[in-house]
Amino acid sequence: MTEEPVPSLARRQEGERPVHARLEGITRVYPARASQPAVHALGPLSMELRSGEFFSVVGPSGCGKSTLLDVLSGLAVPTDGTVEFEGKLVRGAVPDGVGVVFQEDASFPWLTVEDNVAFGLRRSGVDAAEIRRRVDFAVGFMGLRDFRQAYPSQLSGGMRQRVCIARTLVLQPRLILLDEPFGALDQQTRLLMGDELLRLWRETSATVLLITHALDEANLLSDRIGVMSARPGCFIDIVETGWPHDRDSRLAERPDFGAVTSRLWSLLRTESMRAMGQGVRA
Amino acid sequence: MSKAAWIRLAILVGAVGGLEIACRSGLVPATMVIAPSQMAAATAGLLASGDLGADIRQTFTSVGIAIVLSITGGFTVGFWLHWFPRLRRAMDPFLAAYYAIPHFAFYPLLIVIFGLGALPLIVLATLFAMVAMIVATLAGLDRVPRVLLKTARMHRLSPFEEMWRIRLPAAAPYLFSGVKLAVSYSFIGVIAGEFILSTAGIGHEIAYAYDNFDNPRMYGLILFVLAVVTAFNMLVYAYERQLVRRRGAA
Repeated sequence: MTEEPVPSLARRQEGERPVHARLEGITRVYPARASQPAVHALGPLSMELRSGEFFSVVGPSGCGKSTLLDVLSGLAVPTDGTVEFEGKLVRGAVPDGVGVVFQEDASFPWLTVEDNVAFGLRRSGVDAAEIRRRVDFAVGFMGLRDFRQAYPSQLSGGMRQRVCIARTLVLQPRLILLDEPFGALDQQTRLLMGDELLRLWRETSATVLLITHALDEANLLSDRIGVMSARPGCFIDIVETGWPHDRDSRLAERPDFGAVTSRLWSLLRTESMRAMGQGVRA
Repeated sequence: MSKAAWIRLAILVGAVGGLEIACRSGLVPATMVIAPSQMAAATAGLLASGDLGADIRQTFTSVGIAIVLSITGGFTVGFWLHWFPRLRRAMDPFLAAYYAIPHFAFYPLLIVIFGLGALPLIVLATLFAMVAMIVATLAGLDRVPRVLLKTARMHRLSPFEEMWRIRLPAAAPYLFSGVKLAVSYSFIGVIAGEFILSTAGIGHEIAYAYDNFDNPRMYGLILFVLAVVTAFNMLVYAYERQLVRRRGAA
């Protein structure tokens, strides 16, 4: 567990990509309530997201991964520290250019696929022709063209999650934050959704931060992987995968793929056991 | 028609047919219940005669006003209680105990306050129906998934937009249940109130026929009320089913 930037991150800071988002000395403490003591959920933690990179965060259950995403997106205010996105401070509101996809199904059951996808655009004053163009692209990109008039209840879990991703995609976010978006899906669907996510990332050139508990998934998708400690979550290491930009799920066939996953697990094993101990004590 | 609908129809036809046979054969005396065919004939006769026009108008006007007041009032109160949790905690025991109170015992008091006529009945029915709407509103707004509210924040919706575009549609199935109950309770409140003390309205006419052993008129009116309430409920039910099926919660 460390508060200092790890060496791999420090090397990246010297690289060619500019910093897109930065967290500096972030902590998040949930105040005491009734019979519950205060919970120090996160930090102190610092990190930088480079423009256009795919960054994943892995860590034991309850280590504050989702809290990290909430703080970075502006959905939660840190107890201490600062968040910057494109050089501007973020505090208590989601900045323009940031899109979030959640683990839970966030599709609106009362709207069709098309209306779900167009939701954010319709209220932001974008003209009708542009809405149609962006919705057509997003619906086609996510393979939902035949389901435009369907309601979420008529779709599978994976398709509903694609609706949510398409709804975020039409807003053309420059930073996409994904909180275990495939957590509820089966392994095959996860792999396929991962491929779609990589395609989306390449075509939009957005910066992506993915929260996941699946080490293989983090390994497959990411340029860099932040490994978090047990609560209060801090980065214990940031692993650079070194995978080619143009990659997909066939990457898992490479002999060196397993080595990265093994490294992630060796970093996480002790922390996961610590987290389990915290759970037992709680 | 589905199998369930066929079974439902068979039960209904069997019950009505059984009652018809029991009444016609003298197994059930006419002083107690008349045959369903006689009830239908009596209803048709009453409606054709036109002498119930004023009563029907008064009853349905009162019911209509009570429905509107209880739904709008119940939603407004429920909304504010949801918004102010401390006030809600203070009010929760009252809401929980509300339907244990015999509302009709307050009818004389309402007459003292509002005078004779339709007004005390409207107030009584509104009070009777409104709490069902308050409880349904609270249940609906409480159960809006947190992830949808996070999505609203991601889209930077204003509090009004969040309410209009997210909370209300998400709570709609619960609000609908509240509307159904408010409609039923408004009918019960007005007709039962008329039955006890009013000097006009369908409830009063039923009580008057009962007091005078006028079974055809009494059962004709009961059948009329039953038909109207059933038709109304079927309309609401059909719309609700459409809504629920669309959301996949059927």
